[in-house]
Amino acid sequence: MSSAPRVLWFALLAALLAAVTFGLAVGAVPLAPDDVWRALLGAGDPATIAIVRDLRLPRIALGLVVGAGLAASGTALQSTLRNPLAEPYLLGVSGGAAVGAVVAVTLGLSAPGLVPLAAFGGAAGAVLLVLLVARAAGGRADPRLLLMAGVVVGAFCTSAIMVALATAPDDTVRGALWWMMGSLGDAQWDGVRWIALYVALGIALLALWGRDLDVLALGEEAAASLGLDVERVTRRIYLTASLLAAATVAGAGLIGFVGLIVPAIARALGCRGARATVLASALAGGTLVVLADLGARTAMAPAELPLGAVTALVGVPFFLWRLRAGVTR
Amino acid sequence: MIVFDEVVLGYGGEEPTVRGVSFTAEAGRITAVVGPNGSGKSTLVRALLGRLAPRSGRVLLDGAPIATLERRAVAATMAVVPQREEPAFPMDVRDFVALGRYPHGGAFSGHSAADHAAIAHAVDRAGVRIFLDRRTDELSGGEWQRVRIARALAQGGRALVLDEPTTFLDIAHEMAVFELLDALARAGHAILLVSHQLNLVARFADHIVLLHHGSIAASGTPGEVMRGEVLERVYEWPLVVSRDPAVGAPVLVPLRGRGTR
Repeated sequence: MSSAPRVLWFALLAALLAAVTFGLAVGAVPLAPDDVWRALLGAGDPATIAIVRDLRLPRIALGLVVGAGLAASGTALQSTLRNPLAEPYLLGVSGGAAVGAVVAVTLGLSAPGLVPLAAFGGAAGAVLLVLLVARAAGGRADPRLLLMAGVVVGAFCTSAIMVALATAPDDTVRGALWWMMGSLGDAQWDGVRWIALYVALGIALLALWGRDLDVLALGEEAAASLGLDVERVTRRIYLTASLLAAATVAGAGLIGFVGLIVPAIARALGCRGARATVLASALAGGTLVVLADLGARTAMAPAELPLGAVTALVGVPFFLWRLRAGVTR
Repeated sequence: MIVFDEVVLGYGGEEPTVRGVSFTAEAGRITAVVGPNGSGKSTLVRALLGRLAPRSGRVLLDGAPIATLERRAVAATMAVVPQREEPAFPMDVRDFVALGRYPHGGAFSGHSAADHAAIAHAVDRAGVRIFLDRRTDELSGGEWQRVRIARALAQGGRALVLDEPTTFLDIAHEMAVFELLDALARAGHAILLVSHQLNLVARFADHIVLLHHGSIAASGTPGEVMRGEVLERVYEWPLVVSRDPAVGAPVLVPLRGRGTR
């Protein structure tokens, strides 16, 4: 019942493999695609193997994981909030994560892994705050209240960051900004492994709840009439999807618009039902982030553009096109 | 099937919007709840959906208070077609109707033979087989209502609650919906209908409950409820009740208002 055309799955997998291949091939030392695959499989020149496996693969893997997580999270939130323009960052995740990271940076916590942890903590805190605000305002998990609470909490976080950065030394400001613009540059296998595990678990849960998502997307009353506990399920999915996005933020900073545009692309390509859309979005999201990172690395090489800015440059025109499609439908 | 027993309902700390309402929607009959805007009709539906707990009194389904029942068990017995519904994402009608089996399924279980049979039955009953491959956003108002009724029938219960099912429909589609509800009632379903269409309700319903400011102003057969002096007081508008020339059912005719005199 939840389905996508078989050819779409093949196309998504092919696109993902192509993106991974190009991502691994392009760099300071350009490699041929077949060398890349030979190195991945452990054959060929040891230097090439080292470049592919140790230097480039963690970054590509982080891109796949982050893109998949953001896109799956966006899909689930769009169904839950019944809003095709919802995405994880609208709901306070980004602001909270940024606050966590900026606090860690300004306190001079430089031990590896501390900034991502602080970012995750900040995002999780913001998510809980949004739930509490929505609850206090309406007593129920009303999608409109959640959206409004998310926007308010996000705005508060942004202001807090501005205040904190106003008096911070330049280095801190630059570090915090770079982090808020998103980057795969800090990919290390240790971190990637943890985030991958977390993201895989989150995506699996959201896919498992596919039928709940389909029913929630019908609207509050229709979902209730089908026997779904609207408040409980909304809260559960909102928490899971937001924490999933928070994990990606911990790994790569803020990368906007992926959670917004990828689910819409998956639906436009023929995905029906939430389970198929979550899984297809995960594949497409990973591909998109790896490609965007490729663009960020190569457009003005050796300078590296902020990844979040690249995805936003792609995302904004798409957003406008979606708005127009929504109006004319 | 569905029993309201001295039910008091209200939102937050406000005055109750339903004040001690009692009536029964029985199997094999169409029971209609009518009344002016704000008389508490939709509040009753919210109580049936489990979205609003009675302050006092009981709402019973097959003899058990709805609040104590598992929500999916309620949905497997009683389907509610809410007044408005717009899916966030357009879907194929086939999939939309199949969502009616949600109360019966686990997270991963595919559709069983019983599911397929229930869906096929619902589709034929509601006459929506020709729409199955269309998308929900491509349907006309009348087609959309029939598709929603098909989903409700696919839930497989014997009670069907509809909140203003014909509000935006033209005469032919409106009549088609009422004929369908009539056939379902004859087949043993308990139909509970909230409607503004007093004249059609008077023709099709077996029992009418007239609400006024959250209380029952009249309750009984169409002949007992459709009386000029009662309706005039409830709707606060001058009117006469006549007989329709086709079947002799009571017909309400509003007069030109006081505002124009």
